[in-house]
Amino acid sequence: MVKQSMQFLKVGLIISLYTLAACSSSSDVEEGMEGNQSTSGSNNSGSSATTNPGGSGNQLSQDQIRAQAALRQTVFYFQFDVAEFDAGDRDTLTYHARDLATNSGKRIRLEGHADERGTREYNLALGERRANGILNYLIVNGAARSQIEVVSYGEERLAQSGSTEGAYRQNRRVEIVGN
Amino acid sequence: MKTRHIFPALALWLVCLPSQAELSIQITQGIDNPIPIAVVPFSMQGSGILSEDVSQIVINDLEQVGEFRALSRSNMLGLPSQESEVFYRDWRILAQDYLLVGRINQEPGSQLVQVQYEFFDINRELKLAGEVLTGSVSQLRDIGHEISNVVFEQVTGIRGAFTTQLLYIVSEYVSPELTYFRLEKSDYDGQRAQVLLESREPVMSPSWSPNGQDVAYVSFETNLPRIYIQNIATGQKRQITNYPNINSSPVWSPDGNKLAMVLSKDGSPDIYVQDLMTNELVRITDHPAIETEPSWTPDGSAIVFMSDRTGQPQIYQIALGASSFDVERLTYDCFQCAKAKFLPDGVNLMHVRRETRQDPSYQIAILNIETLRVMTLTSTSLDESPSLAPNGSMIMYATKFAGRGVLDAVSIDGRVKFRLPSKQGDVREPSWSPFLN
Repeated sequence: MVKQSMQFLKVGLIISLYTLAACSSSSDVEEGMEGNQSTSGSNNSGSSATTNPGGSGNQLSQDQIRAQAALRQTVFYFQFDVAEFDAGDRDTLTYHARDLATNSGKRIRLEGHADERGTREYNLALGERRANGILNYLIVNGAARSQIEVVSYGEERLAQSGSTEGAYRQNRRVEIVGN
Repeated sequence: MKTRHIFPALALWLVCLPSQAELSIQITQGIDNPIPIAVVPFSMQGSGILSEDVSQIVINDLEQVGEFRALSRSNMLGLPSQESEVFYRDWRILAQDYLLVGRINQEPGSQLVQVQYEFFDINRELKLAGEVLTGSVSQLRDIGHEISNVVFEQVTGIRGAFTTQLLYIVSEYVSPELTYFRLEKSDYDGQRAQVLLESREPVMSPSWSPNGQDVAYVSFETNLPRIYIQNIATGQKRQITNYPNINSSPVWSPDGNKLAMVLSKDGSPDIYVQDLMTNELVRITDHPAIETEPSWTPDGSAIVFMSDRTGQPQIYQIALGASSFDVERLTYDCFQCAKAKFLPDGVNLMHVRRETRQDPSYQIAILNIETLRVMTLTSTSLDESPSLAPNGSMIMYATKFAGRGVLDAVSIDGRVKFRLPSKQGDVREPSWSPFLN
């Protein structure tokens, strides 16, 4: 079972690393998170060693690199009018879930956001729906409900102002924030 | 001649901080044949120079609502200040329908002023109204607005809303880490803005209580959206809800005893009603989709709300006490219809409308639910949060201009528009007060 899921992760990670590179340059919030998140990434590497006692040293460090990269991605973007996160973020979120599972004392906040189009109160609800989608995925993949707080800001805290498609894309997001 | 004292909210002005971002009005669309009215500069008796030009306040009021055009002072043939000085033919020659004259009396050393005004119908050579209003110097704007109310009602038959006020939200971006969110109150024309609440966390959805004394709103000051009620005069506030997840969209029942709201404590956002006397909470809708933006029907017997149960926001209605599936759908022919509220007639439904998926513009519209006729009132593309004046004549709403949030008003027939631009920050979510006197 473990081996199967690892192969699945390898394939997915190439995609998620690309999306990470594409996103990380444009958002202040993400860059601000990096120092914070890499600490928890190193915690994770120690614990993944215990779940994979048969693996070679080379495989371990690759997984460690992947986990650190995944945990560095804390902002997840959404298509217009869509509440489900992108399939390409699935593996990154799996690493986040595993990180929470192995660090049971860790607490996070999922902050859901919408772009400015549509009414404010509907956007508040849409932000929650997006964050809940990620919440459920994290729980299914090992995180405890009590580790995660969900809050929606709707369109009240835009990552980027302006009425352009580019700004809208940056604003439709869920952020993982250390609590 | 009647004499009245104007003492509305003097104590309040001392309590509240003056706001930095004062708003000033701009007429963006008028009507073709406004009623000609001459407002003569009020004469000053006694000592001193006053801080406010009362007759100019009246002119601004009347021109803003679009029905009137004031005669330029330089074209006047005389400057009467009381009935004995009025010669109707002077004003008939200038093709004026109405005439307002007045005088202001301030005793030396006194903070009290007396404003005497008289209002005439030129064609019928008839005095329509006149009285003496007394107040402090700082209330000259109130006095001006009160005179506008009388003139407006004499001519149109509709009660004037010039002494009403607005609540709205301002957000001011300072840095990526710091944005100030303020709940502010101003006169209907944006003047005399005051800060009622300032926070580094979002503040949303201000709603006047029907008696005009309290405001309900959503504040994230605990890092979670929770509903608060604040007394406008004293600033005293209390937290009303602390349920898990979303607590939003508080709206007072017409009798002021209940608050409709949105809670997602049971999974997805649904409509609830909380009794403010007993704190009893009643669930109104029960559906896994998003239900939000409640408003009360004018008689308080049902709640209108938005739901995306068909995939996109549409407007529905449910009677209080009805089972949660006994819901009536009110809108069909829009891609998205949201944030709806009935006008006092209970037939015309004010709402935010996005016509098609292809055109991502949101406008303020009115749907007659009997004839199904739709009238779209605005033509900008990010219009939201409509709020009706208590006399039913205009709708204030939020839109964007030059990249910033501003408040616009449109007459209920769509003919007249004016704008209250802010000097700094984004202004949004206007809530028009009830009649306050």
